[in-house]
Amino acid sequence: MKHTTLNRIGFQLFALLLAFGIASLVLLAVGASPVQIYKDMFGSLGTKGKIADVLVSWAPLLLATAGLLITFAAGLWNIGVEGQITFGAIGTTLVLRLLQNSAMNAGFIIALSIFAGMLAGALWAALAGALKTFGGVNEIFGGLGLNFVATALTIYLVFGPWKRPGTGSMSGTQPFPEQFNLPLFEGLRLSPWALVVAVVGIVFVYFLLQGTYFGLRLKAVGKNFRAAYLLGIPTWQYMMFSFLLCGALSGAAGALQVTAVYHRLIPSISSGYGYLGLMVAMLVNYQAIAAIPVAFFFAALNIGSIQLPIVHKLDSSFSGVLQGLLVLFILLAEGARQRLTPKA
Amino acid sequence: METALILTGLGSVFFASAPIVFAVIGETIAERAGVINLSINGMILLSAMGGFVVSFQTGSLFAGFLTGALIGALVAFIVAFSSITLKQSQVAVGFVLALTCRDLAYFLGNDYMGKGGPRLPAWDLPVLSDIPIVGPIFFHQDLITYISFLMIFLSWLWIFRTRPGLMLQGIGERPASAYVRGANVNLMRYAYTVLGGAIAGLAGPAYSLSVKAGWNGTISGLDGFGWIALAITIFGGWNPLRGAFGAYLFGLLQWLGLVLQPSLPNVPSQVLQVAPFPLMILTLFLVNIGSTEWVERTLAAMPESSRRFLTRALRALRASPPASLGVPFERE
Repeated sequence: MKHTTLNRIGFQLFALLLAFGIASLVLLAVGASPVQIYKDMFGSLGTKGKIADVLVSWAPLLLATAGLLITFAAGLWNIGVEGQITFGAIGTTLVLRLLQNSAMNAGFIIALSIFAGMLAGALWAALAGALKTFGGVNEIFGGLGLNFVATALTIYLVFGPWKRPGTGSMSGTQPFPEQFNLPLFEGLRLSPWALVVAVVGIVFVYFLLQGTYFGLRLKAVGKNFRAAYLLGIPTWQYMMFSFLLCGALSGAAGALQVTAVYHRLIPSISSGYGYLGLMVAMLVNYQAIAAIPVAFFFAALNIGSIQLPIVHKLDSSFSGVLQGLLVLFILLAEGARQRLTPKA
Repeated sequence: METALILTGLGSVFFASAPIVFAVIGETIAERAGVINLSINGMILLSAMGGFVVSFQTGSLFAGFLTGALIGALVAFIVAFSSITLKQSQVAVGFVLALTCRDLAYFLGNDYMGKGGPRLPAWDLPVLSDIPIVGPIFFHQDLITYISFLMIFLSWLWIFRTRPGLMLQGIGERPASAYVRGANVNLMRYAYTVLGGAIAGLAGPAYSLSVKAGWNGTISGLDGFGWIALAITIFGGWNPLRGAFGAYLFGLLQWLGLVLQPSLPNVPSQVLQVAPFPLMILTLFLVNIGSTEWVERTLAAMPESSRRFLTRALRALRASPPASLGVPFERE
């Protein structure tokens, strides 16, 4: 047992080395010094403000990952998570717009808008789920198509019915008045509420999958659909419910993007956290607790790469390259380990 | 005058659809062998960037297209290696590669954004281009578009009219039987995945050196093509002819979108650009709905006359995948 763990760590270290090695070659190809780039990316994270910025990305990323762990448990490739975040943000913006001139307490309105975001995310996920269950449309294509539709809808809203006074622009809708923003830590861009929502989300998923009968049966559906069906588990209802839960969690991520980060709806409101969440979930081999540090690491890479265009005239997509290579080589290393390790 | 304009328009549909035709044919070949190459969306971006940069640097268009095909083959090889040799999920590895190649394309292509570069010249085929109607539509193209026409028929011939093509169908449908017949299933799967990847890899340079010459990063308008191609592969029922029909239908609709855009001033162009995606969902819905359980049940309960009509309509649309698509093969 102990031997297996050591063995696995060995292969994973080798994978890390390879990923960083190839990423360094990519940097050399554009004439940059890898040592300098890595130093700048990670060195820029030394200040309190930067750590807070990482946590600002960490919260929605962790929520999206948490949701995906549920759909992965059910054996589903919910690539539509990106659109579910976007739709959550739309739902939150809608409620804030409707209620911002009402006499209700601002805190209550924020809570209501976050709830609306979760509902909207769940709705968008339900659409992908229904297409899969009743239409036979694979969730990869259904979800992907709905992602593009959600983005188009956002752009339509930002330039059309919800455009700011004057002309609409890519900078988004008119920001909401300050009382509708989640409160921030003094002098930072980070809201403690965002952290609370994210931690509650991942802990909820951890217990749901590890400690409940529902989680056990859901995993049975994911592992062997037919056997689960024969066992009497209502399979399509379980799959649908996992879509709804994932949608609600990603919707919460979208709601945070509006209430805690941007305070308005912008065209790229989902910031790619959905796709990144899929990567995190794969990298941690679908373990909820491990997602916490790995999501932090991925968020740190994103924040670190913001420097690249400014300082080095390089595209910030380097973080995506590095993240992708890490996941790819971890997957390959696991395959190599299983193949090369003699079976007991 | 009007007719000439329409003929040119139709010709441009075949021209602009060449990249997606290559992607669909390449994916069809790989999936026929039983391997899903989900990476093609990112891979096409990478091959478009790589093809443009190489031909910008060397001045050779041929080198550009070769680079595209090599990138496609290499990415496909990673998919084949991880799924056939390492037994990892094809979907997982393909998806990671789709995202990684996309970011890699944007990162490496940063310095070449918006630069003017080489472009494949138009080449009217002698004699053929003078035929009325057919000439202007099919034979006022460039070389890569002619190759795309040729590729459709060659791949169809290979799969359905030759002995090795029969074996290709076999390793995707019943690998165990093919194995008993003497086929080296995994080696053939490697070969066809890499070959399919190389063909799909031509989609990149066909775009960046022909349809819309140059590299423009995130605004190249190429992101999403690969996913559409994957959907068209399904729509095409893993048949190159039907797949090409789907690709051209898609191209025609895109062209109509462009033509109609001036008459829809209230719709932002970004919204019109995503129109293919709901269409993709609808298409897959129509292709698959006939195979779902509840539809079969509803049909069974219908009166004879309407049932026969509906069953026939759904069956015409239906496409069923190679039986062992995505399933690894192991000798017992």
